Formats: sequence, structure tokens, C-alpha cells
Amino acid sequence: MRLVYFAWVRERIGTGEEQVAPPADVATVAQLIDWLAANSAGHAAAFAERDRLRAAVDGVFVGLDASVVGVDEVAIFPPVTGG
Amino acid sequence: MIRIIVSPEPIDLTAEIERAEAAGVGAVATFTGIVRADDGVGELELEHYPGVTERALTGLTQEALRRWSLAGATVVHRVGPMRPGERIVFVAATAAHRAAALEACAFLIDRLKTEAPFWKRERRGDEAHWVEQRETDVGAAARWD
Repeated sequence: MRLVYFAWVRERIGTGEEQVAPPADVATVAQLIDWLAANSAGHAAAFAERDRLRAAVDGVFVGLDASVVGVDEVAIFPPVTGG
Repeated sequence: MIRIIVSPEPIDLTAEIERAEAAGVGAVATFTGIVRADDGVGELELEHYPGVTERALTGLTQEALRRWSLAGATVVHRVGPMRPGERIVFVAATAAHRAAALEACAFLIDRLKTEAPFWKRERRGDEAHWVEQRETDVGAAARWD
């Protein structure tokens, strides 16, 4: 699965995009975030404040409890600030 | 007619308004957002989620067309670096009468601020920081729920 990051999430992780192959028990965005944070200090720092994270799965905004099973792209980012 | 533009190019206000007026209906309501020079901001940089941003804006305008009787809706959003005083966003709604045009225009800019994947970073001298989402913007978007 491809992961994409934006704004300060991207900066703290140090990349805007990466390919990952999470284990089968990673079923939701929240579990994906936990798995990434457990394996990298950079990810752990970026994901430290869960209530400031938002996500999109295959281009659709979702809650962190949304499924990531079989999806192509997960985006993780701060609350949006356009306009 | 729906017009969605996400681009680093400056927004041509005259051309956008003329395009909206070409719908040939009675009312054109527009909103223009300008980069503020808050507390010495020298530059504002806009990041977005290519493809998904355009899809989100298209979805918003389609919802506006479902909720109001509109002839058209336009959203033009600039991305990349820009300076205080420059236009960052332009929204237009066209309709036979003013109420639909005015309400749809307000709906589009209110919802854009909480639903379209853009992120602002302000630069003051050598310092840069990401702008936080404002509770007042969340409240403004929620009034259309």
C-alpha cells in the first residue's frame, strides 16, 4: 500500500510518500498509525497527537476507524486549512 | 456548469467573473480570499493533495448544485507560494435570483475551508509555521449540515 503525508506530518516523517506492507492484523487507519509509530521514531513523533490527525483512503476523507484492508493509498495529514 | 481550478497561477478576477456572467442568468455571487499580512507574514505557501483536492472541490460544487437552483459554480484555488495582498481563492455561484447565488457562494467557501485538502504555511523572515485550523471555520462549515 502507498502512504502519502502532507504538511507537518510529512515534515516530521521526512518523506511525502512511501510504500509499506503492513501485517494482516492491521485493519484500520488507527492500527496502521500504531504499527508505523511502533517501527520508527520519526513516525512516532509525527503521530504523537492522534486527535490532530486526519486521513483519506483512496482519495476519500475517512475517520481513523476506517478500513485499510485491500486499499491502494492511505493519506495522513493535519486538519485542512485552505481558503 | 462546474469550473474547478487548482493552480499556482495568479487568479484572473476579471476573466473569472466574466466567465460566470456568461451563464446569462440574473445573479452572480462571488467571494475572493486575499492573503493577509497577519503579524508580519511575508509569504504564504499552500500545499495540496493533487487529484484528491480537485475531486473534493468537484464534490462540494455538485452538492451546491443539488441544494440550490444554480446555473453554475466556480472554485479557483491558488497553490504554491504567494504574497500578502494576492488572491488565494475565488468562488462564484450563478443563479436566476440572488438568494440562491449568495447562499451557495457562502456554502462553497465555508465548506471548502474544512473539506478540501489544502494546508497553509506562513513565513515570517526565516521562520515558517503551519497554520492551525480555526474553530470558527469549523463552526461556519457546520451551519450547512
